[in-house]
Amino acid sequence: MAEIRNYTINFGPQHPSAHGVLRLVLELDGEVVERADPHIGLLHRGTEKLAETRTWVQSVPYMDRLDYVSMMCNEHAYCMAIEKLLGVEVPLRAQYIRVMFDEITRVLNHLLNIGTHALDIGAMTMVLYTFREREDLMDVYEAVSGARMHAAYYRPGGVYRDLPDRMPKYEVNKFKNEKTVRELNANREGSMLDFLEDFTNRFPTYCDEYETLLTDNRIWKQRTVGIGVVSPEQALAWGFTGPMLRGSGIAWDLRKKQPYEVYDRVDFDVPIGKNGDCYDRYLCRMEEMRQSNRIIKQCIDWLRKNPGPVITDNHKVAPPSREAMKTNMEELIHHFKLFTEGMHVPKGEVYAAVEHPKGEFGVYAVSDGANKPYRLKLRAPGFAHLAAMDDIARGHMIADVVAIIGTMDVVFGEIDR
Amino acid sequence: MSAKLERLSQTLRDVFGNRIQSLVLDRGEVTIEVSAAEYPRVARQLRDHADLRFEQLIDLSGLDYSAYGNAIWEGKRFASVAHLTSVKHNWRLRVRVFADDDAFPVIDSVVDVWPSANWYERESFDLYGILYSGHPDLRRILTDYGFVGHPFRKDFPVSGYVEMRYDPEQGRVVYQPVSIEPRENTPRIVREEKYGDVGHG
Repeated sequence: MAEIRNYTINFGPQHPSAHGVLRLVLELDGEVVERADPHIGLLHRGTEKLAETRTWVQSVPYMDRLDYVSMMCNEHAYCMAIEKLLGVEVPLRAQYIRVMFDEITRVLNHLLNIGTHALDIGAMTMVLYTFREREDLMDVYEAVSGARMHAAYYRPGGVYRDLPDRMPKYEVNKFKNEKTVRELNANREGSMLDFLEDFTNRFPTYCDEYETLLTDNRIWKQRTVGIGVVSPEQALAWGFTGPMLRGSGIAWDLRKKQPYEVYDRVDFDVPIGKNGDCYDRYLCRMEEMRQSNRIIKQCIDWLRKNPGPVITDNHKVAPPSREAMKTNMEELIHHFKLFTEGMHVPKGEVYAAVEHPKGEFGVYAVSDGANKPYRLKLRAPGFAHLAAMDDIARGHMIADVVAIIGTMDVVFGEIDR
Repeated sequence: MSAKLERLSQTLRDVFGNRIQSLVLDRGEVTIEVSAAEYPRVARQLRDHADLRFEQLIDLSGLDYSAYGNAIWEGKRFASVAHLTSVKHNWRLRVRVFADDDAFPVIDSVVDVWPSANWYERESFDLYGILYSGHPDLRRILTDYGFVGHPFRKDFPVSGYVEMRYDPEQGRVVYQPVSIEPRENTPRIVREEKYGDVGHG
């Protein structure tokens, strides 16, 4: 009889399937996980502490770097918290722009999640497809903010500027001749909205392509069906939100239940799962992308018809236009005060939450009336999900741990903060 | 929405009576404050009472009030703030509990009520040094292995106390006192209320 003993292994922090810097200490009995102990904090940058030393607006770019695959949703929650404290109204057009970009971000996030989840458990091709579409959406990010990822586009009181009339175009170089460039630029001749509309028309077909690759794929189903099953009661107790909660059959979506911005004016459905396993959560995400596509379409329609301001005209909160600043003394003072001292936010505390692609992303902001936050607590959905790792992974095979990490959609920027 | 909040406040008053120290309805959010002694019992009732049903602990964070506002802070220093959600009633609630002793802050853990409190309490312990009695596994979570101090306390400098570098002579990473000084580009200013009249009064 061979001697049998338990192994303790280190999974990560540099394992490619650990989605960043997760160090997972696994106690194994053969190939079965007895205990999983996630060690986090390797990417801890102290965002919350740093925010206490910066003015309110200066912290907006930090929010991009939290969950670095769904940048604008993080900014959204932060800006909503400030607006709630100030009692500032956001112009309707800015609200539509925000909803549109939240949904673009959701598609971006789910594309990355599904692509890398499939990659982790052996389906190489998927990631090549999803990254192709991510490229288009990141171009939209770039058109609107100048940055492909870390946009810093949402500001307290609205968004930084209106949607651009033109898309960035490819240029001829030694790798791309004129004919290729003309083809690549074919849908970039119009405004950003034209480009996005073209994308939304193409996107359902892409979704069908993904489904043919995965949904009925035998290997994919073997690796995900019945893996990481979470009952609705467990999901609630562990503080799950987003697809992790909906996958277990609880119809809870902040966009429907506690609508913010203009989500009560757009038409969409919320998919829920039945079995609470990895496969159901995958199906939820797939359907959410299609629903996001619907919302984007409605926003494009509305934005085409309704021009208007995109940021509040309260110059104690948002800077005046360059032109006004150069010609008007009062605006110059506003501009100067905003960029030297920053805005003053009244005393109080608020919790603002958005339906982030991964779940509920919340910002708990405490102000003592200063030009800086007194305390900023960021509620990251992935933190609660990963905390349940031990309970979910116990009893699974070691290869399933990878599937569970993938389905949790962990991103360390937000978990470690 | 406000009628709903009124109903929630009324229910809280009916259920807990004078066991809640204060109830504030501000900016569409309800905040209750409870004493450290009552906290675990209140938590359990918040979850189980049929008219409240806060099944989810969404967030829990530590807070250090020692530098709040312009004046010297008179009250207790450390607080633990929990955000609860009821999926059944579609309600939110904030529960604040102050630790009685500033030098040795202890608050009862609510892990047995909401399992999701586990990591949040670890985080709060790590960053603020609040001890959660009854917590099954109160280790540091976000800071480095072997970290000394609680970095989010207001008396902890942003630049920290130690820095890490690779020492080629010893061939390993060493810790040494920080060589940088904290730098503040924009000073922190607390203006009197109504300054600048933000939000049009």
